[in-house]
Amino acid sequence: MSIEPQSHPRLAPGVRLGQNNNQQVLLMPERALRLNGPSLEIVQRCDGKRTVAEIVTELQQIYSKAEPAKVESDILGYLQLLKDQRALDFE
Amino acid sequence: MSTQSNPLALIAELTHRCPLHCVYCSNPLELTARITELPTDAWVRVFQQAAQLGVLQADFTGGEPLARTDILDLVRAARAAGLYVNLITSGMPLNQAKLTALVEGGLDHIQLSFQGANQDTAEEISGTKSHAQKLRVLDWLKEVRVAVTLNFVIHRRNIDQIEEMLKIAESSSATRIEFANVQYYGWGFANRDSLLPTRAQLDRSLATIKAAEERLRGKIRIESVVPDYYAKYPKPCMGGWGRKLILITPSGEALPCHAARIIPGLQFANVKDQNLTEIWRSNEAFQKFRGESWMQDPCKTCDRREIDFGGCRCQALLLTGDAAATDPVCTLSPNRPKIDAVLTTINSEVVGAGLAPPSIRRGTQPSVAADIRPEWLYRPNPS
Repeated sequence: MSIEPQSHPRLAPGVRLGQNNNQQVLLMPERALRLNGPSLEIVQRCDGKRTVAEIVTELQQIYSKAEPAKVESDILGYLQLLKDQRALDFE
Repeated sequence: MSTQSNPLALIAELTHRCPLHCVYCSNPLELTARITELPTDAWVRVFQQAAQLGVLQADFTGGEPLARTDILDLVRAARAAGLYVNLITSGMPLNQAKLTALVEGGLDHIQLSFQGANQDTAEEISGTKSHAQKLRVLDWLKEVRVAVTLNFVIHRRNIDQIEEMLKIAESSSATRIEFANVQYYGWGFANRDSLLPTRAQLDRSLATIKAAEERLRGKIRIESVVPDYYAKYPKPCMGGWGRKLILITPSGEALPCHAARIIPGLQFANVKDQNLTEIWRSNEAFQKFRGESWMQDPCKTCDRREIDFGGCRCQALLLTGDAAATDPVCTLSPNRPKIDAVLTTINSEVVGAGLAPPSIRRGTQPSVAADIRPEWLYRPNPS
């Protein structure tokens, strides 16, 4: 299953950001994922308004020293992981 | 001095009252009377203390947590304390208005149990007409924004219904399915020999589930738990004793797991008397099986001791009489033959053909494969 570049990722019902001891986490059924650096930047942008392509562009600008192609493939990989966990809907 | 890391989950066992009488229930045989249940304000304090201790998730369970008339207050309080709120429920006391109110009050996730894929099985297993209500709940869930898991409790009487269960899930708004094979504690242990699936049944179910996982990837997340009697190594029970979670019973006792009261010699603390952080760090029942100093052979020197922690203490007690023994489901345990003997009976020709084992067959029954109901021990409702 591939991630559509023009789709709009959004946190799925019952999935939300939380915080514990200054650690940002993504909360979902019976699970919490730690969010740091790139993973936090990605999840914060999954607001249902930005497309996948826009998220990639924004992060490529933030992580300008990294290879753009690597930034893109890392983001797509992470979005796929969150999709498989059912933490994200793509609209 | 404690260097124990903080628990991630609070299991809030709000009540042992329940409208169902499931024969697999893992509540203790000694159910807590209603009169001893913690009042609302006591639970509110527990949620606040849990958040301070670093807990991220609250699991509202029981019995049937919705049997509490203050459930909406409890959901709001847990959410206000900063916890992610999971509700583990049979769905029986729900109506559409109540569900909407709970979601608006901050409920994050609802896990709805199913005892079978059809009315007959559900009624046999729960002792109650329950299936139709659960299907109504599925309809109502489509109108609210909440995470939904369907938990199908699996055993010999319904393990051949996986395809029908998947159909129920796929026509619902659930994004998660658990195929949870029964674990043998409480009533589950009493009814074990009627609940354990045969090896052939288990293998068929795993193939069906695996195919469904692939087909539904990205749509529905499927998790399944096999009966550990059929495994080579034990489960890392609760993520290790006193490592990941803290359970509070309906009367306020703090336990490392739901069955721990069967272990003799443990002194449990009560949240009415002590702060959760103090209990977590220094209560002797929590300390009892932390670390490695309590381990026996072969666990003591085993490469897997940091993976499965020697398995389940309560299971070790139930089957060997010693809570510090290696969990006998482990193939390295000297007590593994006890497990093998049970599996031999379950997989004998008689049982494999669909008949109940001789020990629980009623009177004389024909030796022809037929759908014969076992003699069940049904879970009562506490006073």
